Amino acid sequence: MINKIVQSMADLMSGIKDGSVVLLGGFGSVGQPNALIDGLIEQGAKDLVVAANNAGAGHVGLARLMELNRVRKIICSFPRSSDPVVFETLYRAGKIELEIVPQGTLAERMRAAGAGVPAFFTATGVGTKMAVGKEHREIGGRTYILEEWLKGDVGLVEAWEADRWGNLTFKQSGRNFNPLCAMASELSLVQAQHIRELGEIDPDHVVTPGIFVDRVLHVPYGDPSGF
Amino acid sequence: MSETAVASFKPFTRPQMAQRAAADIPEGWYVNLGIGIPTLISDYVPAGREVIFHSENGVLGMGPAPEKDKIEPWLINAGKQYVTMLPGGSFCHHADSFSMIRGGHLDLCVLGAFQVADNGDIANWATSENDTAPAVGGAMDLAAGAKRLWVLMEHTTKDGSSKLVTKCSYPLTAPGAVKRIYTNLATIDVTDRGFVVLGMAPGLSLEDLQARTDAKLHLPA
Repeated sequence: MINKIVQSMADLMSGIKDGSVVLLGGFGSVGQPNALIDGLIEQGAKDLVVAANNAGAGHVGLARLMELNRVRKIICSFPRSSDPVVFETLYRAGKIELEIVPQGTLAERMRAAGAGVPAFFTATGVGTKMAVGKEHREIGGRTYILEEWLKGDVGLVEAWEADRWGNLTFKQSGRNFNPLCAMASELSLVQAQHIRELGEIDPDHVVTPGIFVDRVLHVPYGDPSGF
Repeated sequence: MSETAVASFKPFTRPQMAQRAAADIPEGWYVNLGIGIPTLISDYVPAGREVIFHSENGVLGMGPAPEKDKIEPWLINAGKQYVTMLPGGSFCHHADSFSMIRGGHLDLCVLGAFQVADNGDIANWATSENDTAPAVGGAMDLAAGAKRLWVLMEHTTKDGSSKLVTKCSYPLTAPGAVKRIYTNLATIDVTDRGFVVLGMAPGLSLEDLQARTDAKLHLPA
């Protein structure tokens, strides 16, 4: 019997190696896999490359992981936040590498990785410093730049519902980068608010089919407004 | 220029700027509003006119801010503020949301800016080539991808220098993208001829406006 649901954080996190590329779901406080980031802190992997929309806030979650010097490089669109002190301190001290990526290009690079598309052309960033050093091509009279896929070794995902095959649904704007992190990562790890019996999630309502998911942990933490 | 020479003119307030832009949005347009003054536009869409608002984080059909006791903790906009959904609204993931932007499906995006040049170049994400931690967000996607880009901003900086320029000195968000600018002093189209003044704050003369604008201003042909 296939059962992707694991019973402990240690089981969920097992096998994450130093130097991994970690894709993080979440936008603002919503859809962030906070429990999984804490699990990764506990698990101990270091020298990580983390891709996420933001670079963490305060001293918890991603900011805490960075504060512990476990992140070598961050790939994000918007490193500022309400309280970006950890990132800014590390960045100014030259202790963390930053790759700024336009938000849509970040999302598309993840989708491309999940879809087996190694690179794609986009108009976003043409004529700006994002285009420096990138291949340019004119297609149909407009200039585009080549952007490469962004594959994760590990994807950390927050879902609303999950079943033992790994089918996922999301809640409202909590969807954001989560389905992309799941499809783009070699090892997709999910925290889900609700565990459903197989067949209980209407197939028409599944957003991320289980083929993109490896392990699921039940984390019924309630609403995200406290984060 | 002396203060007395222009004492009689009255700049538009921020709500008035938003109201002027909102009045020009036709029914049926899909619109993304940038963080800051542009967000005010949604409050001024004339009653009965259906305009569909999009937010980068996968929200289409966004309504106004909720009453305090009706907050949905999972429902935020790209500015991380709580919002509501209108009947007919939908959610999608980030790649689909940016497909709406990058695929040319949005009729309009309205952004704030540091500078706009008279060839339509926009600079709105960094104020130096060596910004300590530049944050671009979705600005480059929106500027390059929406069918048309309008800018809503103050006409001058706090120290009085023009934000409408012949060449942006700050790093570009996108070249040649801006079609129209709403400022506290005027509404200006960006055309092949450069900046064309469509309207001005009450009491302001074209000479007064030109004195506050680096780039050459034209009147409609």
